[in-house]
Amino acid sequence: MEILVCVKRVPDTAENEIEVKGDGTDIERDDLVYSVNEWDNYAVEEAIQIRDKVGGSVTVVTVGDEESEEVLRREMAMGADNGILLSDDAFENSDGKGVAAILKAEIEKGKYDLILTGAQADDGAGQVGGMLAAMMDLPYASLVNLIDVVDDSTLKIGREIEGGNQEMSEIGLPCVLSIQTGINEPRYVGIRGIRKVASVDIPVHGVADLGLPADAVGETGAKVKRMDYFVPEMGDGAEILEGSTEEIIDKLIEHLKAKGGLK
Amino acid sequence: MSQIFAYILHKGGVADDTALELISAAKKIDADASLIAVVTGSGADLDTVCNDLTASYNEVWKIDNAALAYPNAEVIRKLLVNIIPGGSIILIAHEHFGMDIAPGLSIKMNTSFVSDAMDIEGRDGGAIKIIRQEYSGMASTHVTCDAGDGAVISCRPGSFQPDESKSAGGQLVDKSGDAGDLTANRTFLEVVQAETGDVDITKSDILVSVGRGIEDEENLEIAQELADAMGAVVSCSRPIVDAKWMEKSRQVGTSGQTVKPKVYMAMGISGSFQHLGGIKGSPFIVAVNKNAKAPIFQVADVGIVADILDFMPELTEKIGGM
Ligand SMILES: Cc1cc2nc3c(=O)[nH]c(=O)nc-3n(C[C@H](O)[C@H](O)[C@H](O)COP(=O)(O)OP(=O)(O)OC[C@H]3O[C@@H](n4cnc5c(N)ncnc54)[C@H](O)[C@@H]3O)c2cc1C
Repeated sequence: MEILVCVKRVPDTAENEIEVKGDGTDIERDDLVYSVNEWDNYAVEEAIQIRDKVGGSVTVVTVGDEESEEVLRREMAMGADNGILLSDDAFENSDGKGVAAILKAEIEKGKYDLILTGAQADDGAGQVGGMLAAMMDLPYASLVNLIDVVDDSTLKIGREIEGGNQEMSEIGLPCVLSIQTGINEPRYVGIRGIRKVASVDIPVHGVADLGLPADAVGETGAKVKRMDYFVPEMGDGAEILEGSTEEIIDKLIEHLKAKGGLK
Repeated sequence: MSQIFAYILHKGGVADDTALELISAAKKIDADASLIAVVTGSGADLDTVCNDLTASYNEVWKIDNAALAYPNAEVIRKLLVNIIPGGSIILIAHEHFGMDIAPGLSIKMNTSFVSDAMDIEGRDGGAIKIIRQEYSGMASTHVTCDAGDGAVISCRPGSFQPDESKSAGGQLVDKSGDAGDLTANRTFLEVVQAETGDVDITKSDILVSVGRGIEDEENLEIAQELADAMGAVVSCSRPIVDAKWMEKSRQVGTSGQTVKPKVYMAMGISGSFQHLGGIKGSPFIVAVNKNAKAPIFQVADVGIVADILDFMPELTEKIGGM
């Protein structure tokens, strides 16, 4: 099975305290630790496991700047066979539809049976997979937490729905699936693995290579635009307990006693 | 008069809470718009939901077909494209079904798309101004959405006040005949119910809930010791279950358990809306987090900026010595 996985380089929210810049134009990017989007990492692991079972190849692709190459290499160190970087100044500030259009143009240059994305990334929109599928007229399922290959033309899939219940379906290939965390246990990637793929050639494709009309992508093509970042007012917010640890614990215990939090 | 459409989720003959929340969202876009609920399903349950909704929506479009008994987003997306006029504004709840149907719907309707709207600041000509969050709620943004050719907007459950006025006196319209082809290359098989675990976290009055801040599986013991001292049960956020450190039945949130404790101790949990969505009944929330700006502090009653790995043992010791 030929599998393509769309990945994104994002600030690691588990490692960073995200702060909005004073002028609201962006978040503070100095000293941010970046990594591959958590959901995408599960998608790549799933693709590798499917390939190892039924044969084929795994290609990872990202829309981003030069630095995004590092996440492609990381996922190749995990076991993906190929990486493709889609990068062009004209892609900057694309909205979700723009990103999906860029990916679609690349996908149509190849032949893939299965296209995976993460369920969502750093902007929490969860839109690229579903848009891509609709643009390509392919069946789609979101929040997928189980994939079984039935045969060359069918997958049995599980979707995560409310309360931890699982919605089982059959879906025809080729299709697009967005992957939910927890579907597998992504393998560890060591420094050694990264070194191994350090010099592998990763092609870079831009607007011209993809034959995209420049006004379909980037800032000009975007119908949805982010105007600013801001920090919402705290509202009532929590009463922050202060003092020495001892004092804090004493105050907390008073609260807990009053609220029935100690038996 | 402009029209705004809302796709209604329902189960067992009852509309989801978001059905009334989408009314508030629609009114924030255009207070004078005619609001149309689109409800798909089959049989008596569907009729009940539709009849109830006429109190709240100007029109209720009912699409009744046995093939719609279970909502398959791949089928319903096609159906909506058939019945909703081009250029429309369509609202839907941002939960698992909304995430499944909405992005593709915007492509098929050729409209713009904004997902997970938390608030709407109104409409300025063709542009709708929306507030949403990025980076797990650590930054908020204003986005503008060019709705000149229509828009699909998914709204975060619980973010818009439910409109309880029930004064629409709306009309029921049967659109079943316009549904079109109800097949798709994705076939629903069954729903597998979540496994129940050894401990039922929904029954506990006090929960010590651990998040990614626990850092290591071995550290779960520290939380268990605190729970033991408090007479509490340990629950957790999703990453702890994803890492297979605790059973799925211990997970609090929209894709886990809904809990109603008296006291909820959020230990190293950032406070994502999917996590908070599983906490009901307004418990007293204590948050301990090393990041003073963690979103959990916006909803907690009491907050402590500290490392849970240091703080929990000290608290355990103090309680144990009482
Ligand atoms: C469709 C969908 C459904 C979902 N359903 C759920 C659900 O049911 N339940 C759920 O929980 N999530 C759910 N999620 C995931 C959710 O979006 C968040 O990713 C998740 O809740 C984050 O968990 P967390 O707060 O433990 O981790 P993080 O967001 O990584 O937060 C960890 C926090 O710990 C703090 N911290 C780190 N180390 C320490 C320390 N030593 N001491 C003190 N504080 C520390 C950090 O400052 C941070 O605030 C869902 C997501 C999707 C897309």
